[in-house]
Amino acid sequence: MNESFLILIVLADSTVRVAAPLVLAALGGMFAERSGVIDIGLEGKMLAAAFAAAAIAATSGSALAGLGAAIAVSVLLSLLHGFACITHRGNQVVSGMALNIVLAGLTVVVGNAWFGRGGQTPQLEGSARFAPIDLPFAAQVQNVPVLGPIYAGIISGQNILVYVTAAVVPLTAWLLYRTRFGLRLRAVGETPGAVDTAGISVSLTRYRALVLGGVMCGLSGAYLSIAHNAGFVRDMSAGKGYLALAALIFGKWRPVPTLLACILFAFADAIQSRLQGKALPIVGVIPVQFIQALPYVLTVLLLAGFVGRAIAPKAIGVPYAKER
Amino acid sequence: MSTGAARPGTTWWPLEILLPLLNLAAALVVTGILVWLLGADPFKATSLLVSGAFGTSEALGYTLYYATSFIFTGLAVAIAFHGGIFNIGSEGQAYIGGLGVGLVGLAFGGLPAVVVVPLAILASAAFGAGWAYIPAWLQAKRGSHIVITTIMFNFIAAALMTYLLVNVMIQPGQQSPETREFEPNAWLPRINDWLGAIGVHIDPSPLNISFLWALICAAAFWVFVWHTRWGYRLRVLGFNEEAAVYAGVPRAATIILAMSISGALSGFVALNEVMGVHHRLLLNFTGGAGFVGIAVALMGRNHPIGICLAALLFGALYQGGSELNFEIPTLTREMVVVIQGLIILMCGALENVFRTPLENLLRGARAKATP
Repeated sequence: MNESFLILIVLADSTVRVAAPLVLAALGGMFAERSGVIDIGLEGKMLAAAFAAAAIAATSGSALAGLGAAIAVSVLLSLLHGFACITHRGNQVVSGMALNIVLAGLTVVVGNAWFGRGGQTPQLEGSARFAPIDLPFAAQVQNVPVLGPIYAGIISGQNILVYVTAAVVPLTAWLLYRTRFGLRLRAVGETPGAVDTAGISVSLTRYRALVLGGVMCGLSGAYLSIAHNAGFVRDMSAGKGYLALAALIFGKWRPVPTLLACILFAFADAIQSRLQGKALPIVGVIPVQFIQALPYVLTVLLLAGFVGRAIAPKAIGVPYAKER
Repeated sequence: MSTGAARPGTTWWPLEILLPLLNLAAALVVTGILVWLLGADPFKATSLLVSGAFGTSEALGYTLYYATSFIFTGLAVAIAFHGGIFNIGSEGQAYIGGLGVGLVGLAFGGLPAVVVVPLAILASAAFGAGWAYIPAWLQAKRGSHIVITTIMFNFIAAALMTYLLVNVMIQPGQQSPETREFEPNAWLPRINDWLGAIGVHIDPSPLNISFLWALICAAAFWVFVWHTRWGYRLRVLGFNEEAAVYAGVPRAATIILAMSISGALSGFVALNEVMGVHHRLLLNFTGGAGFVGIAVALMGRNHPIGICLAALLFGALYQGGSELNFEIPTLTREMVVVIQGLIILMCGALENVFRTPLENLLRGARAKATP
């Protein structure tokens, strides 16, 4: 077997693992942002969901209960964001930042009071976390050239939430572009006045979008603490929420390009750990920090219109005031 | 973005003073409930916190030292708010400002203090402003959303500084990524040394003369925003962009100027931390001061007096919070971060929940007074 092919398999595998939570959060944020509500709070919701998942999984011993808790917490936070921004027409960016900061502190405070381990949850074992699933025949087909390693090394052996992510992507695209709800959601993000005139509640549509986003952000947080890792550590999201936001913008607020952006960012992350300290032909050693900063630099370049053009939903960030 | 000014002819104090106090009270009530849920006594915690922040001259020194950085970042966020711009990048601008201070300290630390200190002030301002200039230019000329670009610039700044400190500026032959110590000429004098020189003895603390510079900046902020043509243009732009452009306000230049000043003010954080305390450039010396600035600006209603008071409050929370942690271990220092977030939530995001009833109440009272 060709060695560089095997390296590629390993890289692709770790790309999938890093990309999954980004995809979930970014597509979750897409619902909110396409409905006209800025979702900077992705980072905080992800962190809170990761904590809730690990804490409940550790106390109940059930990963499913943890997942439920993660989704519940994330949806509640989305509703709080909605209460501030939709009902009371507060500033959406300020509200998102407030959530991020509160939760950065709260997860540590509560975790420390609950488990007394400086903000960490106990190590999760057995049924308390989502273990990798070996798909049928993975071991048998391993030696089939090319396709075998792809099946055994990338497709098989992921945890259930990766497969959920894979299902969520087409579902999101379908919901957003092929259903009446999706049409209304997108319309509310472009010209809420017109939707209101048609007799559809702008607020309710936006709340629904936020709840959907909350569910997906909850999945993403649970992925971090009870699937990819076995427990919560402080500041576990470590900027992934912002990275997902960057991917959403880099993907121009569309499902497939957003997915590709997540994969690109995840691939950069996977390659960075392999390249550490190694010299490449022509360019020499690439500093790790350069690759770490790459997604953010690309997003800035895109926003500046130097790499394509990202056009935000027209009504994004503008609270809708129904005239009385 | 609300700049919080009352309309002419209405009483200004209920909205400018009562409202932030109501917001603060709401945040503190939520915190109190949280403390109680964690099994501690909120009232005892409060008294421990207050004595921990103001009880001794050393404690007061620490409180004011923390407040110094928060005044800088609070002013930085506020000047952008006046133009309707949300600068989330204060953290990154402060970090890059540190690069300026670090370069001056390393290169010119041997020169007399009267030369090094002004040089460092200029360098921190220039580096901070430079880091803010790019997102500002992109917003003004290319329409890139400044909230997103400044968030991205925070991450880029962090990566850049890690790279420089780990690979380039690190003191040779040592493990931790920090530069060598500057020569003592590049240390900002401590307030306790100055007071000691005139015969007033207080306990040593990191409080240094950058505190005085912060107060000077606050005064200059007031003059700039309310008593110059540029400040007027900035406020008009913040109130109504279309009207401002129609009236001939140069939109792009005003945005870029406000953000550059904002970045410069953020950069001054490095004077306090790098030149005043650590005497070397090190990783993450900003410690989240840029984000505290958001809470300070909102709480201080973008007015320098309010900002100084709000910065004092946060300084007290940071200092008192660490004292509190000694006494009640369940109340960790992150509790302060929670309070900070809650204040942003109450003053910023949920502002209308408090403002609208208060305005209705005032209107009712006025209607009764003049039938």
